[in-house]
Amino acid sequence: MPPVNLSTQVVQMLAGALLLISFAMLAERRSRRLLILLIWQGVVLVASTVIVAASAGLTHLYFSAALTLLLKVCVLPLVLFRLMRKLGIERDNEPLVNVPTLMLVGLGLVIFAFGLAQPASALATTVLRKTLGIAIAVILLSFLMILARRKAFTQVIGFLSLENGLFFAATTTTYGMPMVVELGMALDLLVAVFIFGIFFFHIREQFDSLDLDQLESLKED
Amino acid sequence: MNLASALATITPLTALLFLVASWLSIGALGLVQPNRIGWVARTLFPLGALVALAVAAMGAMSLLPGFAVQRAVLALGLPNMPFHVRLDALSGFFLLLLGSAGAGISIFAAGYFRQGEGTAPGLLCLQYHVFLASMAMVVLADDAYLFMVAWETMALSSYFLVVTQHRIPEIRRAGFLYLLMAHVGALGILLSFGVLQGGSWQMTFDAMRAAQLTPAWASAAFALALFGFGAKAGLVPLHVWLPEAHPAAPSPVSAMMSALMLKIGVYGLLRVSWDLLHAGPWWWGLLTLGLGLGTALYGAIFAAVQTDMKRLLAYSSIENIGLIFAGMGLALLCRSFDMRLLAALALAATLIHAFNHAFFKSLLFLVTGSVMHATGERSLGKLGGLIRYMPWVAALALIGSLAIAGLPPLNGFVSEWLLLQAFLQTPRIPHAFLNMIVPLGAALVALTAALAGYVMVKFYGVVFLGQPRERALEHAHDAGWLERLGLAWLALGCILIGMFPQAALDVVGRITLQLVGTAVRRGPSPWWMTPVTSSQTSYSGLWLWVGLLLAIGATFALVRRIYHGRVRRTPPWDCGYPWQTPRMQDSSEGFGQPVRHLFGPVFRMQRELPAPSDSKPHYHVQVQEHLWHRLYLPLARLVQRTAERVTILQGGRLSTYLLYSFMTLILLLVWVL
Repeated sequence: MPPVNLSTQVVQMLAGALLLISFAMLAERRSRRLLILLIWQGVVLVASTVIVAASAGLTHLYFSAALTLLLKVCVLPLVLFRLMRKLGIERDNEPLVNVPTLMLVGLGLVIFAFGLAQPASALATTVLRKTLGIAIAVILLSFLMILARRKAFTQVIGFLSLENGLFFAATTTTYGMPMVVELGMALDLLVAVFIFGIFFFHIREQFDSLDLDQLESLKED
Repeated sequence: MNLASALATITPLTALLFLVASWLSIGALGLVQPNRIGWVARTLFPLGALVALAVAAMGAMSLLPGFAVQRAVLALGLPNMPFHVRLDALSGFFLLLLGSAGAGISIFAAGYFRQGEGTAPGLLCLQYHVFLASMAMVVLADDAYLFMVAWETMALSSYFLVVTQHRIPEIRRAGFLYLLMAHVGALGILLSFGVLQGGSWQMTFDAMRAAQLTPAWASAAFALALFGFGAKAGLVPLHVWLPEAHPAAPSPVSAMMSALMLKIGVYGLLRVSWDLLHAGPWWWGLLTLGLGLGTALYGAIFAAVQTDMKRLLAYSSIENIGLIFAGMGLALLCRSFDMRLLAALALAATLIHAFNHAFFKSLLFLVTGSVMHATGERSLGKLGGLIRYMPWVAALALIGSLAIAGLPPLNGFVSEWLLLQAFLQTPRIPHAFLNMIVPLGAALVALTAALAGYVMVKFYGVVFLGQPRERALEHAHDAGWLERLGLAWLALGCILIGMFPQAALDVVGRITLQLVGTAVRRGPSPWWMTPVTSSQTSYSGLWLWVGLLLAIGATFALVRRIYHGRVRRTPPWDCGYPWQTPRMQDSSEGFGQPVRHLFGPVFRMQRELPAPSDSKPHYHVQVQEHLWHRLYLPLARLVQRTAERVTILQGGRLSTYLLYSFMTLILLLVWVL
């Protein structure tokens, strides 16, 4: 077994934290706490990116870390908090399936993700290849969360968490994407959240609620 | 000095690209003041006609002896996939057709379009010129990518032109049918190109020419191309959009679609079957020939029973397309037996007929436009006697009608005669059954020509001769000078080709030289056309003209001299029944009745006959196609049912949709694992 240095260990620990946060999000019922968990996810992401940048000596990763910090820890949560206050939805919301079942499905997904990452991480050249499994697990768990929720607001948080997973996969396996791609994605995310915000108001105006089950009545027969 | 050297580098191909660009910019200029008719119609459309003339001239240059094929690669298109263009004799011929007939239509359109009919004139101008430019680009394209882009642009721009009066539901329905058929056909063409590239994954036509296809794949490519281009050209049973879309469109648009766009479909099949594919088995030719002859007869029979003048002309277009495909099929058949000269003769007949049809059919469609503007009436049952109120239009329509009926001194006769000559040579085909069956095609061609004559007697007789069937027709006015100029240009084309058919034979000889490797000679004498041998048959349009004019002049002079001074004016014999009204004339239904009776099983008729005691008798007959009820409606129901099954997937629950994506993701991941 090759010697494992400190920075790799720290990153692996952060990856574990990321997975834990994803599970916590899956089980969280309150929108407000969900948003706080999303911020924590962002913070962990920034920390891991900074450490990867330091250990690999890549300056452009510092820029991505700064971008992530600005966007995912500051701007987007701020926008979402304001939206939440305006919409008045700091109350409870419940998942579709009961939480234990959801957790079990999530566990299955994590195992699947690790199985999936095994051949792929063998090809990865970085020292951090073991974290690829966690990144895929975060993506799948976020998807599961979107799937299990019925409120539009929580689905948007799931979407952002999914994007975090993608970003993590990119930094750990290939030391991040080219700066142009990253900038483009960041901008997309920002625009997407603004558009979601507008849609929230439209959906609520139309159905008097943010419950997406109401959309079923739109179907033509 | 610089200018001279710059001009010297301009080749016909670069000039053509420039002309296409100027069509596009003329169209765009229409949007500057979209509602000023003086700007759009009186300025831009004549400019477009000038560009069309220049396109025709450039096309003609490529048909001169000694012209070498020109190619260029444009800096447009996708990265690593630029547009290729190429000008050869075949594309030059179709550009000549497009430009020369298009010029007449544009001049007519300048006088035709008026304010307040659906789409704004400026927008119409844009669609019209984009349509023209896209047709030119289809012909110039030298790779499948540019071809499909131009092809779809052509379909879309013509769709918008068809639904100019989009406030009328029937017109929207007709437009939808057209769009649907156009897309189904385009799918066939796309698949055909996909087969033609033969594993090289190069979309240039050069790669397709070089590709070696197995016989089965070559046949598949041919069948797909026949389907795709047949749908655009109006081959039965893919013709259903034609009788709906042509009456729906404004007359100059119907003229363009019928005269030019259908020919682009013919061009496509010629390009694929003669240039991109190598010689194939004989059944390609037989299939095309059979479909063509069937289409010709079908179109002629249905044209005879129509009561709407534009529908009548639409079915007549189907008939002519059938003749063109029959000639093409015969040429393909001869090529597969390596009978070069006969293939060249059949192909020459096909090409000349395509050219002729562009002239006389656009002439007649434009005539219907003038009649509609003058009377507001499209139904044959309410017209009549217009020769007195619209002498110019009537005279020019007579030329078009005679030409389309295939009567000798005009151009229609030339191509049908050549086609018959080609059919008469088919007993030489070295195949036991084909040499007996194919000559029967000559009989079908003759029957179709006779029916076409019948149809034209009906069209011209009911619209222009006799007494006006409605009181309002007496206020009909003749067409304006721009409209007359356009009509006269097209009629002049009909006369000139009829007068100098040997020149037309020389021109298409350049194409057969390129495609078949040989050309039909015009014969030893400059005044006579002798495609086979002089002992068998010869034709001279010019001498026939001279003879006809001499005969008419002599008769006129004799009659004037002998009867001079003994003219007596008196009412004609009224059969002992003096109270005759214009409504007692033979109606269009009455005129078509023999054909309706003779070919009864072909039609799906719904008739309401009045009871003998009815004091206000009302007669109603509706003629439809069996195809519609036996093929298209069941097909539509099948699509509907399948779609309903698929809708189960669309439950309306957002989480279900998300589950679909999630499961797809998981499945794909398992698959790569």
